[in-house]
Amino acid sequence: MGEQAQILPGTLDLLILKAVSLGPLHGYGVLLRIAQITASALMIEQGALYPALFRLVRQGLLKASWGTSENNRRAKFYELTVAGRRRLHEETDGWNRLAAAIASALAARPEEI
Amino acid sequence: MKVLDSIRYRIAALFQRSPRNAEMEEELRSHVQHRADDLERSGLSRAEAERRARVEFGGYERYRQESYEAGGNHFFERLLQDVRFGLRVLAKSPGFTVVAVLTLALAIGANAVVFSMLNGLVLRPLNVPGAKSLAMIEQGRDGAPMQSYPDYLDLRERNRSFDDLVAYQITRAGLNTGRDAAPAWLYEASGNYFDVLGIQPYLGRFFHASDEHGANSAPYIVLSYAYWSSHFGGDRGAVGRTVQLNKHPYTILGVAPPEFRGTELFYAPDFWVPLVDQEQVDGWSGLKSRGNRDMEVVGHLKAGVSPAQATADLNSVAAYLGKAYPKEDDGMSFKLARPGLAGDMLGGPVRAFLAGLMALAGLILLAACANLGSLFAARAADRSREIALRLALGSSRKRILRQLFTEAVMVSLMGGAAGLAGSVVLLRWLSVWQPVSSFPVRVPVSPDWHVYAVAVLLALVSGLLFGVVPVRQVLRANPYEVVKAGSTGVAGRRFTVRDLLLATQIAICAVLVTSSLVAVRGLVRSLHSNFGFAPQGAVLVDTDLDMAGYSGDRVAIMQRRALDAVTELPGVTSAGLIDRQPLGMGWNTNVVFKDSVTDMKVSNKAADAYQYRISPGYFHTAGTTLLMGRTLTWHDDGKAPHVAVVNAEFAREVFGSVAGALGGYYKLQDGTRIQVAGIVENGKYQTLTEDQQPAMFFPILQMPSSSTTLVVRSNREPQQLVTPLQDALYKLDAGLPFTITTWTKELDTALFASRVATVSLGVLGVLGGMLAVTGIFGMAAYSVSRRLRELGIRIALGAQRREVLGAALGRAFRLLAFGSAAGLALGLLATRLLSLIVYQASPRDPLVLFGVVLIMLLLDLLAAWIPAQRALKADPLMLLREE
Repeated sequence: MGEQAQILPGTLDLLILKAVSLGPLHGYGVLLRIAQITASALMIEQGALYPALFRLVRQGLLKASWGTSENNRRAKFYELTVAGRRRLHEETDGWNRLAAAIASALAARPEEI
Repeated sequence: MKVLDSIRYRIAALFQRSPRNAEMEEELRSHVQHRADDLERSGLSRAEAERRARVEFGGYERYRQESYEAGGNHFFERLLQDVRFGLRVLAKSPGFTVVAVLTLALAIGANAVVFSMLNGLVLRPLNVPGAKSLAMIEQGRDGAPMQSYPDYLDLRERNRSFDDLVAYQITRAGLNTGRDAAPAWLYEASGNYFDVLGIQPYLGRFFHASDEHGANSAPYIVLSYAYWSSHFGGDRGAVGRTVQLNKHPYTILGVAPPEFRGTELFYAPDFWVPLVDQEQVDGWSGLKSRGNRDMEVVGHLKAGVSPAQATADLNSVAAYLGKAYPKEDDGMSFKLARPGLAGDMLGGPVRAFLAGLMALAGLILLAACANLGSLFAARAADRSREIALRLALGSSRKRILRQLFTEAVMVSLMGGAAGLAGSVVLLRWLSVWQPVSSFPVRVPVSPDWHVYAVAVLLALVSGLLFGVVPVRQVLRANPYEVVKAGSTGVAGRRFTVRDLLLATQIAICAVLVTSSLVAVRGLVRSLHSNFGFAPQGAVLVDTDLDMAGYSGDRVAIMQRRALDAVTELPGVTSAGLIDRQPLGMGWNTNVVFKDSVTDMKVSNKAADAYQYRISPGYFHTAGTTLLMGRTLTWHDDGKAPHVAVVNAEFAREVFGSVAGALGGYYKLQDGTRIQVAGIVENGKYQTLTEDQQPAMFFPILQMPSSSTTLVVRSNREPQQLVTPLQDALYKLDAGLPFTITTWTKELDTALFASRVATVSLGVLGVLGGMLAVTGIFGMAAYSVSRRLRELGIRIALGAQRREVLGAALGRAFRLLAFGSAAGLALGLLATRLLSLIVYQASPRDPLVLFGVVLIMLLLDLLAAWIPAQRALKADPLMLLREE
């Protein structure tokens, strides 16, 4: 693991939606998947995942059901709902615009002003 | 506090075992296990792996809590938490809790009782199908709810607005169901009564219009369910049995359903008899006399007919009647009234009184809310440190307010429950209460779900109302300042919401105290006013000779024998006879004309006078003063010229003056010339509140009546006279039903209304006084405790007692004076309303004014006593050391 960045407020939900959009996952699996797709660049305390998961379920973006994990343990699996998929698209667009704006702002040089 | 604890634990257990909570725990544990599996695979021992996994997971408890919060709408869980916490807080200050709950219990209990009466007598319609369209026909002229039978028949024939009309009359008869004849109360009802009202028999059948074939043609009776249960033990074989009604054989046709108790709310009859039998039931019949108005008439309005249309229609009938029968019905008009309380005659005052009472009860609740509001505000101020701490620790203001509201509503619900329980007990008792000994009055006030709903609603609303008072305080609280300074800062000099609340509350209490004093004063006066007779010490024997089958000449003979027998009893000093005593349940009025009038139209009358038939000796026994002329003698019989004794008001109205009346003549409607033999003092005849009314007294031998009330005066205790009287009358005729009471007790009937009014207002006044005490006490105690340190310093610096008291309680007293003055002024305005019901309730009575001021002052002193003592005992050393 290289140097880890603190996760920005509000981005955890987006990451969870993205992780789950790639296939149903249990909580620990979500964490592993995020580590995998971000190349372990972000630091997330494990417990912090759960308030976010519960919030997303309550908002109707995720649905959950109990099942058996690859370790043969009981676990709760999450998957995207239709609303969750729509939200993921919106948030992705929003994030891309924001990131582009910030990137272009940070790339500005004195002679360009 | 054992109960509270057990409730708390039970609620806590419920909370902990919530399935959602368990599931969440399992999920978090599953996460840790998965992580431990991974770590184990990387070579750690299982125990070490699990330890590491737990560490990596982070603050387990915190995330569990956050997840729980994030996981959904926790309204009920939070409510439970708030309730738990609230119970703990309330249990910590039991004094405050008890005072608050009691205050509300009294206020809500009072409201529940008054609303229940309102519900039973005004809001709830008569218990008949389609009661909404039922209307009663009243006389337009004087609002009397009475019609004559011929007029009723014409109304029934000629109106086009009613489906049909029934006529009925409340009366009494002697009923012998096998053992002894006893007076029983009944309705004489037109044959169509049950059919028009749409009542189905519980047993047997009812009588119908087809059973009526002229006078005394339908010897049938229908029992009420209650009478059937109590006198026939619920025996189904009672139907078809023959009983003796005034010694005439009558057949029991059927039993009415338990929920049907006639067409008057305040009266529950023993049975019903067809109106055509009036002669047998009452001993005489007025069915043929158009001028004899003694029947109530009700019916269902036709669908789509408005009350205004119906009134117009009835008045066209009235116009016809006036033309066809000018002698009796000249100038006649009709109007509609709500049935159930003898039209507007009783209904008007009852409705006005109950509305007034409801308003006062509402004021009580408002005062209680103001009281509790200031208590809660004071507590919130005292708890400012706790609130500040919670805010500083991250609790939201919303959450804190919710908590405070929960506490307020809890207190109000507890108070509401206690109040409702108390009121149910009281109402049960009221429902079976027999306030008038001689008449089966029924007070239909048993609580139903309306009452419960209103009580709960009032409790909730008042909880929110006084809970809202401390809101601003909490919203403005600055945790940093509070924690730093140690209190919310100095007591402000300007007036706060709390002061306003206290002043309002005191004003309300002063209104209540004023009203109740006015009412009590009115009752005392009415008890000492001049009735035109002296009831003290007199015994009444009330009977109707027709109940024992007397008629014609035998009536007068029997009356004379009864009088003689009673007069001969040892100890009896005098005895007299009157057909029905003044201020009793019934009365008779009759129109009279000047001697010069020849056209006996009602519109030509000189007066409408109360009419009594008396024996010689009545005036002497009753204690009525003869002003002029002579009293009546046994020589004033059928052969002698017609004479009467009239009262002073009669003399004034018909002859212009008392002196001019003696020896003068006047006429009755049938043309009989009556000479005035004597003039007696004025009195009260129907109600205590009536204006001075004309009255005339005829010799019973010239105007016979089977209705008989013996008035007996003796030098013995009234109770000792009962047995000899019974024996004497039994010896004369064993089959004669009668009742014996003292005249004072009999007067309960006339005083009933003002007694009820006085008791209700008195209770409300006491409640108001109690609220004033608790309110002032709370405020004074709070202001002393807030400023105890300052007072201690003042004492240390040498302040005198007076100055200390002034500093501690001056403001409370100023508020008090202001509130009391405002309340007194309002109360005086309100008592104008009271004077409609309470006899001689004068708002400008100096005694009342003085009494109110004195009572408020005493209450204030009482309430401020303990806080004042505390202020005076403030020990500067102790106080300064504490901080």
